[in-house]
Amino acid sequence: MFLGNLASLRYFLPEFAVTATILLLVVLHVVTKSPRSTASGFLSLLGVGAAIFLAGVAPAGAGRSIFEGMVAHDGFAVFFKVLTALATLVVIFMSMDSRDLAGRSQAEYYIFLLSTLLGMFLLSSATDIVMLYLALELVSIPSYLLAGYLKGQERSTEAAMKYVVYGATASGVMIYGFSILFGLTGSTQVAEIGRSLAAGKATLPMLLASVMVAVGFGYKIAAVPFHMWSPDVYEGAPTPATAFFSVGPKAAGFAVLVRFYYTVFAAADPGTGLWRLTSAVDWPFLFAALSALTMTVGNLVAVKQSNVKRLLAYSSIAHAGYMLMGFVLLSSAGIEAILFYLVVYLFMNLGAFYVVVLVSNATRGEEISDFTGLGSRAPFAAVALSIFLFALTGIPPFSGFIGKVYLFAEVIHRGVYWLAVVAALNSVVSLYYYTRIVRAMFFEEPKDASAIPVPAVSGALLVLLVAPTLILGVYWEPVARIAADSVRMLAF
Amino acid sequence: MIAPSAYLLLSAILFGIGVVGVVARKNILIILMSVELMLNGVNVAFVAAGSYLGDAAGGVFAFMVMTVAAAEAAVGLALLIALYRLKETVDITELKVLKW
Repeated sequence: MFLGNLASLRYFLPEFAVTATILLLVVLHVVTKSPRSTASGFLSLLGVGAAIFLAGVAPAGAGRSIFEGMVAHDGFAVFFKVLTALATLVVIFMSMDSRDLAGRSQAEYYIFLLSTLLGMFLLSSATDIVMLYLALELVSIPSYLLAGYLKGQERSTEAAMKYVVYGATASGVMIYGFSILFGLTGSTQVAEIGRSLAAGKATLPMLLASVMVAVGFGYKIAAVPFHMWSPDVYEGAPTPATAFFSVGPKAAGFAVLVRFYYTVFAAADPGTGLWRLTSAVDWPFLFAALSALTMTVGNLVAVKQSNVKRLLAYSSIAHAGYMLMGFVLLSSAGIEAILFYLVVYLFMNLGAFYVVVLVSNATRGEEISDFTGLGSRAPFAAVALSIFLFALTGIPPFSGFIGKVYLFAEVIHRGVYWLAVVAALNSVVSLYYYTRIVRAMFFEEPKDASAIPVPAVSGALLVLLVAPTLILGVYWEPVARIAADSVRMLAF
Repeated sequence: MIAPSAYLLLSAILFGIGVVGVVARKNILIILMSVELMLNGVNVAFVAAGSYLGDAAGGVFAFMVMTVAAAEAAVGLALLIALYRLKETVDITELKVLKW
């Protein structure tokens, strides 16, 4: 049952909060005499905080299809809205603290950030291919501008240019896939397309469509071989924006990947928590191969990086590979593992990038050599970064370990042993390059041994990011339950 | 009356020329134009399918694609101007500050 436009408005409050904040930022930018003041940062914090409250703390009756079937308001969407808004909140704090962005016009930066957030809200809840395409572009276009925000810096502009070329091409290929689906089924509704395809037997066009759509989504989550843009963009963009790209759009990409493929190319078996394929196209195997390729390429190339931002870029490619493992299993426990991993990944990855921001504020560089001796120059930041890096490796007792346990357990439970073996080997490789940074911080002599000051506010935010990384490693039950509930409410 | 398959063939050809242009050309301006060609190939497919099925949604999607393509081109060209001011080139193979 679809709700009409007016009746839908009350289920659209988080989006309204973000939109209102964007408009206020535009007004603020016009009337204010000092475009570089931090007022716009605080205003964005308020707006995103309100959106989190409206989406998560006070959700109005989930489980309906609103705006004539354009958008779903369900637990799955609510989960991703809260997750992406939380990431944006942390990134706003990071941006206010970054010396890269200080001295540049602030309001536009936050307008782009919040527009991307709005896009991610819509992307994680879109149930119509027209809406889905518009949401994907609403995520992409402001992202290009964020990547190129350091105007006058060659690497930032170059990164943004490459991002536009890759992004526009990938989304072009994706909508060609959409046009095939529309031609086959005569509908733009995701659920309707799924039902029509299940009834027909058009294998070749479906194979073509599923591969072409995979290009668009694969680019969004930076899966190999559609990852080529991400190391360049991650290195060239301002560090807070990099942290944002590595968590927010990636999470929204996973949301749309799960929703689209599990509706269009699979059908739920009621009561079992499993899905079955509706055609001869074996896309789970295709994605399993992509998953293995993604983590292997990500980890192997990360080994020889010397720039920490670029290293974290390859590490985040590898993490997309781990999360893809949960996607190919066609079980609700697999999706649950992805959701749980995304929560854990949010804190550990944003935390690692935050330390990079703090260090490069002082040293003006992001090479591993800039991190030597950090253990004595800024002990707290160094310990925090070590915790984040060990969590990213997946070593107990940190949260990353629990995230991996959920993923591996379900992969083995569903009998995809080869994928589990590849992922385990990859975790070993990742230990090597993460510990390289830890070794540089604690066991190498710095060229410049002066202390790096960590302001009290930055320290407090760091504590807020370390705490979940530690706590979710020993007490993860509530988050796992929320993840499980969000899958169960995956209604279309 | 032209058969619907002819339109789909035209759309595939347009899309194919676009893809070749993106992959093979070095001038960023030409690459952006090739992306537009890809999108127009998609538009032909949508409009043809929409008219064959008697469904207005195909035409609506084509309008949406045009709007987004305009926004994308605006951002792409703005960045290209910023890049040209820094490097005085529009050759994509010259973009090598960032590499493996």
